[in-house]
Amino acid sequence: MKLRFLVLAAGLVSIPALVAAQQVALPDSAAQPADEGLTGSVSDENEWQDLGIAIPAFPTNESVATAAEGGTTDALGRNVARVVFNDLKNNGLFKPLGPDQLPAVAFPQVSAPTFDIWRGRSAEMLVQGFVKANPDGRLTVGCYLYDVALGSELARQGYVVKPEEWRRAAHKCADMVYSRLSGESPFFDSKIAYIAETGPKDRRRKQLAIMDSDGANHRFITNGQATALTPRYSPDYSKIVYLSYLNGAPRIYVYNVGTGQQTLVTSSTNPTFAPRWSPDGKWILYSMAVAGNTDIYRVPATGGTSTRLTDSPGIDVGGSYSPDGSKIVFESDRSGGQQLYVMNADGSNQKRISFFGGRAATPEWSPRGDQIAFTHMAGNFKIAVTDPYGKGMRTLTDSWQDEAPTWSPNGRIIQFFRTERGSGKTGIWQVDLTGRNERKLNTPVDGSDPAWGPVLP
Amino acid sequence: MNRSLLIAGIAATTLALGACASKPKELPPEPGTTNTQTTQGPTQPTGPVPGSQADFLASVMSDTVLFDLDRYNIDASDQGILQSQAQWLGRYPNKAVTIEGHADERGTRDYNLALGERRANAAKNYLVSLGIDPSRVTVVSYGKERPIALGSDEESWARNRRAVTVTVN
Repeated sequence: MKLRFLVLAAGLVSIPALVAAQQVALPDSAAQPADEGLTGSVSDENEWQDLGIAIPAFPTNESVATAAEGGTTDALGRNVARVVFNDLKNNGLFKPLGPDQLPAVAFPQVSAPTFDIWRGRSAEMLVQGFVKANPDGRLTVGCYLYDVALGSELARQGYVVKPEEWRRAAHKCADMVYSRLSGESPFFDSKIAYIAETGPKDRRRKQLAIMDSDGANHRFITNGQATALTPRYSPDYSKIVYLSYLNGAPRIYVYNVGTGQQTLVTSSTNPTFAPRWSPDGKWILYSMAVAGNTDIYRVPATGGTSTRLTDSPGIDVGGSYSPDGSKIVFESDRSGGQQLYVMNADGSNQKRISFFGGRAATPEWSPRGDQIAFTHMAGNFKIAVTDPYGKGMRTLTDSWQDEAPTWSPNGRIIQFFRTERGSGKTGIWQVDLTGRNERKLNTPVDGSDPAWGPVLP
Repeated sequence: MNRSLLIAGIAATTLALGACASKPKELPPEPGTTNTQTTQGPTQPTGPVPGSQADFLASVMSDTVLFDLDRYNIDASDQGILQSQAQWLGRYPNKAVTIEGHADERGTRDYNLALGERRANAAKNYLVSLGIDPSRVTVVSYGKERPIALGSDEESWARNRRAVTVTVN
């Protein structure tokens, strides 16, 4: 699973030899580097223009065979550009043109673009890159971002990847473009764990599955013989914590992605559910019902003694750490219906924050810390956000049943699942913080309980 | 909410299932007239095996108690059903049961798991209050994962908010 990711950013001091050699082979682009030209961030409320970005196929210096998709470095270069194109298209901020709509670019032009041609195509931004096969079988992918109007280079990076991980280079390139143009943190090079659903409503088969943020590299982890629910990737992607009815009763298991082994998170005979990781991966937050009463507990991820954090006679369930690990937002029906509460990480100072009318459930603290996403149940089930003090609540979706939000690593996009009235069919959707860019993710079968992991290192 | 009608509906469904069961060999034999309406007594040789799940279904008012939205209290009609279950458990002191707690689809997943657990425990606690040894009653929550009524309407949701008693040995 190890991937070599090397940044070719201009001005980087300690450049490994392999990459340095390639940078020598690549002259600086003829374009003058822009100073901090494009600034500002994509705020929640502001319209962001549909920025025209041209992304022609990434040429290769020499087309040779590769194990990556396409079979040759020439075909791979087109596939890499397609992935970059789809990433940027699907986030709703940009209006890119991809390699299938654009003329090919010769290898030397990658670092010396003919800006007039692109001006003629009304492109405001230009993403070019290259693919090279290395003697050791790995691939080097270069990625350049140019401002066409200014005729200048805005950013560049290079990545050395194993052939089977070529898509990660494309995601890193898309992340570079997105970050440079939006001012936001990257998020494309990340993965999602979720529950794949098949079968009729009363006998739904539910399997743990994983995929890349764009739906590629899909893999089923469990075979569906035992119902699996509510997965969460550990912050380092080495484990997935999830609920399974493996031995007939709901229990939380920690699945090791590398070894395929799994262990129970506690030895208790009580049902355990709603597992969550702490941001540092050292703790697992979970809910446990004892004699019918559900409270929230914390246990070291490596096992050991659990600490009870809540003790109300109501249902206290779920929970999500603030990014600094100091606080937990959770849901409780202690005041009647489900509402959101915030407490310190040790369980002290529990305070209700949701006073929105209706019920509020499944809170998830944004990785940026500034927002909490949750399910707002008021007639329909809607995805909504609020600040950590319960102020500034905004509804982002409105469908019959949307629930279980999960944040993109940069806290700008929320995935959730939508259930169809009647049929019970489910699908994973995402929406950005403006609420305007909503789309369904392509999964091989129905999907629910998405859990978005962090950006890969 | 017309709870008693709904319960009657469930009971009727259960009996109907029992009646159908006379044809396939592998299914439990039909309950016959044994403990349903007449008081003829268990004289038919084709009646359910005493202490079996079929016998349980034929003997009790219902295997299912229903709950109002977000509630888990045991009301008067639930008490009658659970009393009939307790009587059966009294007749077969070596038998154990599992109570399966369920919620309707109009709730979030984690909360519904907790709610199903709460409902199953409420039913268990009532059985225990009637003198049933708690070690004979296990509970499991399926949350909203196993509906029996498939519609997305009030009637279906009412039928899915339930605790179902199943014999386990």
